[in-house]
Amino acid sequence: MTHAYTPGLKVSRQTEVKKERRLPLKGDVLVGVGDSVTAETIVAKTELPGNVQTVNVANRLSILPEDIERNMVVKVGGWVEQGDLIAESRSFFGLFKSSAKMPVAGTIESVSNITGQVIVRERAIPVEIDAYVDGEVIEVFEGEGVLVKTTATFVQGIFGIGGEAVGILDVVAPDGSVVMDPSSINSSHKDKIIVGGSLVTMDALDRAREVGVRGIIAGGIGDSDLRILLGYDLGVAITGSEEIGLTVVVTEGFGQMTMADRTFNLLASRKGMKTSISGATQIRAGVIRPEVVIPLDAATRRSEGEAVQKHATGLVIGSPVRVIREPHFGKIGEVTSLPPKLQKLESEAMVRVLGVRFEEAGEAIIPRANVELIEE
Amino acid sequence: MAEVNKDVEDIQTIMATDCGSTTTKAILIEKRDGEYRLIVRGEAPTTVEAPFEDVTRGVLNAVAEVEDLTGNTYIKDDKIAHPREGGVGTDLDLSTSSAGGGLQMMVAGVVKEMTAESAQRAALGAGAIVMDVIASNDQRQPHERIQRIRALRPDMILLSGGIDGGTTTHVAELAELIAAADPRPRLGMSYSLPVIFAGNVDARELVKERLETKTSLSITENLRPVLERENLQPARLGIQELFLEHVMKHAPGYKHLLEWTPVPIMPTPAAVGIIMQLIAKEEGINVVGVDIGGATTDVFSVFGDVFNRTVSANLGMSYSISNVLAEATVPNILRWVPFDVEETDLRNRVKNKMIRPTTIPQALESLIIEQAMAREALRLAFIQHKLLAVGLKGVQQERTISDTFEQTESGATLVDMMQLDMLVGSGGVLSHAPRRVQAAFMLIDGFMPEGITELAVDSIFMMPQLGVLAQVHPKAAMEVFHKDCLIRLGTCVAPRGEGKEGAPCLEISLEMPDGTTESRSVNFGEMAVIPLEVGQKAKAVIKPSRKFDAGAGKGKEIQTELGGGQVGVIIDARGRPLALPTDRVERVRKLSEWNDALGVYPED
Repeated sequence: MTHAYTPGLKVSRQTEVKKERRLPLKGDVLVGVGDSVTAETIVAKTELPGNVQTVNVANRLSILPEDIERNMVVKVGGWVEQGDLIAESRSFFGLFKSSAKMPVAGTIESVSNITGQVIVRERAIPVEIDAYVDGEVIEVFEGEGVLVKTTATFVQGIFGIGGEAVGILDVVAPDGSVVMDPSSINSSHKDKIIVGGSLVTMDALDRAREVGVRGIIAGGIGDSDLRILLGYDLGVAITGSEEIGLTVVVTEGFGQMTMADRTFNLLASRKGMKTSISGATQIRAGVIRPEVVIPLDAATRRSEGEAVQKHATGLVIGSPVRVIREPHFGKIGEVTSLPPKLQKLESEAMVRVLGVRFEEAGEAIIPRANVELIEE
Repeated sequence: MAEVNKDVEDIQTIMATDCGSTTTKAILIEKRDGEYRLIVRGEAPTTVEAPFEDVTRGVLNAVAEVEDLTGNTYIKDDKIAHPREGGVGTDLDLSTSSAGGGLQMMVAGVVKEMTAESAQRAALGAGAIVMDVIASNDQRQPHERIQRIRALRPDMILLSGGIDGGTTTHVAELAELIAAADPRPRLGMSYSLPVIFAGNVDARELVKERLETKTSLSITENLRPVLERENLQPARLGIQELFLEHVMKHAPGYKHLLEWTPVPIMPTPAAVGIIMQLIAKEEGINVVGVDIGGATTDVFSVFGDVFNRTVSANLGMSYSISNVLAEATVPNILRWVPFDVEETDLRNRVKNKMIRPTTIPQALESLIIEQAMAREALRLAFIQHKLLAVGLKGVQQERTISDTFEQTESGATLVDMMQLDMLVGSGGVLSHAPRRVQAAFMLIDGFMPEGITELAVDSIFMMPQLGVLAQVHPKAAMEVFHKDCLIRLGTCVAPRGEGKEGAPCLEISLEMPDGTTESRSVNFGEMAVIPLEVGQKAKAVIKPSRKFDAGAGKGKEIQTELGGGQVGVIIDARGRPLALPTDRVERVRKLSEWNDALGVYPED
């Protein structure tokens, strides 16, 4: 009966983190195995095909689309500068001339004798991929990217928005139960990643954007605020590409949710350290959770003891768990019993349950589906 | 029929699993005393998440639960062992899957209000989330459209445009835009983006020239062959096929699962569709069925000989629950909740369910809110279904030019609620409802049956497994279906019409199997239930008052036989169409009254 449980989110003081850094298209890898990299190191680069413009040459020249090719003065594939002539027509014994010029510098990609359009491809867009975390390159995927390894403090969030961000970690709340106060965010937090308490409000988000905070880590966010922040109602949890001026990582859920002490204290203990975060979330095929990665230097690693990799053992008596649904949502405790028989809940559902003793005193019977294992 | 090595008559033990987007279910069927019966069922969360990221882990966990419950061994070397040898393993191992998530599409057409809108309807009806509609007259510059296609990275593009014999130029232009964008699919880099062309037949070659090498192009019939007529079905079927083929197969571990079973893994909706058709055929009735899952809601209908299926890829009870809220809107959800809930509280609850999709309602209040969400998901999925289930083969849905700007459900839909004989529900929220009457009430509110309609649910949500089993072992599938799967809830009698609260609506008299007679007069705005057990029939005389139609016409009496079930005969005199009170206090009072009349929730 130990099989049915929800794997929890990782909150690790020290663990090995590997990050794949891949280009969207094949290109050049700029580092080699064994190289030390910082989060900002460009590890691979490529060029994406440039933007596309269309020129309706047939219209400009007042000719039929099928006549376009004999009026073109440049060939498909050729590079043409902005303003250069690309097609020309003469009428009335050559007395009247019409011409079409390049709207931007680019290559002539295609000439259509059906639509009379010329498609112009602008200069390729360079794309660079950075290492995202300070660490070491341990594998190179030829022409595609690298695998970077680091030993770090690693915290998985439950939901996030915005892409990757790197900055120095700072703490703006006294503990995990306090709502993030906008007045506690000031100009000293510019370019930093700040850790708040149980809720990041719209006022706090606005203040953070105003001073140039790069990322926020908080226990909860209100859905109504999320809607204002995004400008739309989020239908499915697929995020990471929002351009909202910063990255948000939520560790517990929606609404005011006290950040687990363990998470808050761990992050607080890393204050002042360089931190990489990502808000990308995908709760479907190929699950992606938002994350906080705080690489540790050799001295810290030694003083705290080398990382020990723990494997998920499933739910057993004594397992630390977090309740993830009302009525005890957010509480943390220890499994005290795993009765094999189905039990009736207040909702009258007959389900498998477990007994939990909460950290803050008290015990409860909770459906097994409503707890998650707290993983190292 | 798929090949199975063993002679089907020799099969003693069958393990059938269904990998849903939220939960993986395993059922064990065994031949006992000459007939096949369900023995036990195990379930475990679907393991698409780290640390497993492999659906087979969830399958093994669900089977391990079956092992715990039976004391037998079915797993060997981290696989389901078959054939059964030395008391270990199963004789037949089958699987269905709906893990993989929703379908995100872009559609393109020449005129925004005409072909592009038809394409949008086709995609929506096929269950897609339409990310954007590109049209030649959408006021955007070509490069803006190209940027849009690139940025959105849809799972699929539906290109339409041009009535047959009409413009080819604009269609070619749209194809050129798609080619220039050179789009990459959202999931999986190993395949090229599926594009369906369902436009002007004369433009097919032009589209091929432009897209065949850059995309995975398929061509279906024109979805708007003439201006006055839509022909959406071929494009919709094309979309659904590609959805199953491309999107679902990107669930981690799917490939391994394929290797385990001797019969091809069937997509869950297809398997449920098989069962729905079997019910309709066996009993000679019109059936509407629904399978409401975590990410998607599938609606099936069999009217006459015509079977229709829709996948609402964006309506579900966990992954897509936030989308249900966005589409239904907060007031529509709260209208089913008989107590006060703050909008912010509802929003946060829904989002928390979305990010922790495997949780279940522990408190009664959570259950009631979840069942309110289910009503709206069912209602919206059924609207999509009615838009798709149109016309017989060869007969097209007619729309006049004057209808173009106001497309409504026309009489052309095959779904006629008065002609519907049976409504079958499946999926966690219906099958696992703590009281069967809750499932009945959700089905009634979600689908609004009219006249006389029998209600049933899948007992423990095993229709998908039985659907795939029916492909290889129909006898075993039907034996289990009738004995262990289909739970008859009873019959709903819901007269069509509107009236004044408290005015006479209907008189019903039932001649019970024990010879006694149960008579009720039900007023407008009331609900009532007369217990009639599973397997029992009662001769009924139904007399609607003159404003109401119970199936024979306004005020016309009906003499018929009604089937019983775990709930009995439900009389729904709330009228059709249903108008819930707009006043909050009155609405809460009526909801509580109906819940009490049917015994839907435990008393305080």
